[in-house]
This record gives sequence, C-alpha cells and structure tokens, in this order.
Amino acid sequence: MNKYTLSENYLTEITDPIAIETKHLNVFYGKKQATFDANLKFPKHKITALIGASGSGKSTFLRSLNRLNDEIATVTGEIKYQDIDINRKNINVYEVRRQIGMVFQHPNPFAKSIYENIAFALRQNGMTDNLDQRVEKSLKDAALWDEVKDKLTTSALSLSGGQQQRLCIARAIAVQPDILLMDEPTSALDPISSRKIETTMQELKKNYTIIIVTHNMQQAARASDLTAFFHLGHVIEYNRTKKLFTTPKMPATEDYISGHFG
Amino acid sequence: MSTVFEDRLEKLRQNFTDMGVDVSEQIYQSTKSYIDHDVKLAQQVIDGDGEVNGNEIKLEKHAMDLIALQQPVATDFRVIISYLKSSTDLERIGDNAVGIAKETIQAKGNPRMPDVEEVIAKITKHIRKMLEQVLEAYTTFDALIAPTIVQEDHKIDEYYQTTRKVITTGILANPETAIAASSYLMVIRLLERIGDHIVNLAEYLVYCETGKVVELGETDQQLS
Repeated sequence: MNKYTLSENYLTEITDPIAIETKHLNVFYGKKQATFDANLKFPKHKITALIGASGSGKSTFLRSLNRLNDEIATVTGEIKYQDIDINRKNINVYEVRRQIGMVFQHPNPFAKSIYENIAFALRQNGMTDNLDQRVEKSLKDAALWDEVKDKLTTSALSLSGGQQQRLCIARAIAVQPDILLMDEPTSALDPISSRKIETTMQELKKNYTIIIVTHNMQQAARASDLTAFFHLGHVIEYNRTKKLFTTPKMPATEDYISGHFG
Repeated sequence: MSTVFEDRLEKLRQNFTDMGVDVSEQIYQSTKSYIDHDVKLAQQVIDGDGEVNGNEIKLEKHAMDLIALQQPVATDFRVIISYLKSSTDLERIGDNAVGIAKETIQAKGNPRMPDVEEVIAKITKHIRKMLEQVLEAYTTFDALIAPTIVQEDHKIDEYYQTTRKVITTGILANPETAIAASSYLMVIRLLERIGDHIVNLAEYLVYCETGKVVELGETDQQLS
C-alpha cells in the first residue's frame, strides 16, 4: 500500500457562515486513536460528505458531533456549535441531539404506526401542539407524504426500505434540528430509493445543514457541496466537491477517489 | 499488475496517438499535393479521410464507454475528457487537409503565383511543427508547451494577413492568376484554421493539467 504523509493536508477556506466546527478533535477507543486532530468547519445549509476507506475515522468523527461516542470513546478537542463547545462535560447531550439529529445506515423505525413514529419523537421533545400539522410537514419535507398520507395508521414496518429510511429522516427533522448527520443513509437501499433520498437531501439543505458519511463516491460527487477525505484517522483533504473530484490537491485523495489506492 | 481501466486508458491513448500521426500526415500530403500540383496524391488524402473520421468515432465511443462504465474522476477523468475533446479538433484538422487536397484538383492547370506557394510551404512546415510539439506534449500531458503554441499561432495569423495582401496585389498585377488566387485564399484560410485547432489541443492540455477551461487564442481568459 502506498505511504502518504499524514501530517500534510489541504483544508479549503470556508467563508460561508459556519453551522458547526471541530477544533483539534481526537477520538480514542481505549488506547487506540481513531481520529487525529480534525479541524473542520461545516457551512450552514450545505451538504458535506465525509469519505474514506473503512476504518478511516469518518463515522467515528460523525458520531462525535452529536456526542454519540460518549459511552464508547474518549473525545478530546472542541466541537463548536452556536458559539458553545458542546464537547464539554456539563453540556445537555439530549438537547445537543435534538439540535443535531442523526439518520443511521439501516432504517430503524419504531414498531408503531407511521404517524406514531413521528408523533412519538415530537411528544418526547414536548412539541405536542399542532401534532397533526407537524407530522404532515415532516413527512412532506422528507418527500414521503404522498406515499403514506392514506395509510398513516398502518405499521411503519410495512413500508419499503427506502420509505422506512425517509420515515427516519422525517422523524429526525420533526423535532426541527439545526443539523442532520447521516451515516451511510443509503447503503442498504436500492439505487432508486437512494436517488430519492439524495433528492430529498437537496430540498432539506434549504433548512438544514447536512453532514453525510458515504462509501459511495458517486453519491458524494452528486449530492454534496463539500467533501472531506479521511485516511487512517486524518483529514487529508477538505475541499469543494467539484474541486476534490476533478482536481484533488493531495496525492492520497487522488489515489483513493480514482481507485488507485493500495 | 495493470487494471482493466488502465488497459483501456492505454488503448485510448494509442487511438489518440495514431489519429494524431494520421492527421499530421494528411496535412503534409495535402499541402505537398497542392504545391507539387499532384492530383493523385490529393485524391489519396481525400480517400484517406474516411479512416480518420472512423478513428474519431472509435475514440469517442471508447472514451464514452470508459466514462460510463469506469466512472473515472480526477486526473483519469481529465485525461479522458482531453482525448475526447482533442479528437474532434484532430478530425477537423483532417477535414481542412482534405479541403486543401480538393483545391489541388480544382486549381490545377491555371496560372499560379510561385512566391505565394513558397509562403504556403513555409506555413505548412510551421503548422506541422506546432502539431508535432503539441502531440508530443500529450504523451506526458505537459501543458508547458501551451504559451509557445499560442505564440506560433499568432505567427500563422500574421502570415495569413500578409499573404492575403500579397495575393490581392498579385491579382491586380496579373488578372490571369485570379482562379489560382481564389484557391490560395482558400488554402491559407484552411491553414490558419488548422492553427486555431492546434491551439484548442493546447487548451485541453491546460485543462488536463490544471482542471481549468481556458481560451488561449484570445484573451487567455479563464472561463470556469
């Protein structure tokens, strides 16, 4: 496998308003360090893709952003959100997760009705006024409403995989987060369902900031505005997606995206 | 061990090189036929154009398959796009060479202007050198040659302008040369156009190296 200089990287300058930023973010699983000194700024209302080989640290990094690694890893450094370091111990992690939602790789709807999947999340967060309207809006924003409006009381588990994933997106956005994290949200879906999610993401970015981990480089190229390439826990390159996929700055990025890695 | 992609890219490179060599030969033969009044050679150039056109289609198909099936990015993508775009210009250069060959057939037998034919030979030599330089640069995708090509093209443009004046003066001095003169005007125009296509080839070299789409012939303005 080719050796690359991990201490050198290229981080494009971000001039747009920032939704969330990491400063010197390190994640340790016991003694093993999974991400090294990640300094990334995610602009508001943009989609940023995190790419890299398995074990490159991209999912670990993503999960740190809304404190999902709290129980399993040690995370040092700053995660600056709305001028607050949300990586501090005294931060209310539930509030962090309400503001920074997560959609996982495998659709995980509750074994409840379609309606209740959304309503449950709303009730949990005390958002019980105008429940019907909130459910409808979430399903519309996740581009699922037209497909489920006549069967809201049926089980969410009766939906197809792609529909279930859009339901999970609807559930995540129902509580009106600011940022949506997506961990390989389409890797378990067929290409048509994947495209629907990608189209939905383009609509969602008008109101949300989206950070997505994907193994599908065509998806990163198609759907994101910015891309960060992770290698062995290091951010090697962070660039406009168009630039990264046409004229990458770092040899490791070039080799990875061209399939010449290793 | 080379991958399927690398093998196919190598074939594309070979297609392109073969096409470049054929087109360079077309220019040589068409202008030689014109200056030597060699109708037989001119016909050979005309007959050979189908092969160049066929090679262009083959190269395009090959490049499109690579893009659709291998989904190249970064340098690989830029290399394929450069070949794809350049092949169109090479094919047009071939068409212009055929245009010159056709002039050989039409102009034969009319009173001529030897001094103009000397200039045409000079321009041809210049153009072939430009084409060889640019094709050589394609073997390494080195865009350093681009400013030289632009300068050389400016010289071709100057030749074109001055030769036009010489031809017009020649017609006034000896109206019997009018038929040949109209042919000369056509030939120098075709040669000037070949120069422009070679500049396009240099532009794709710049794109390949930097990812920037540039218009070198005019204001060197970066388009995107």
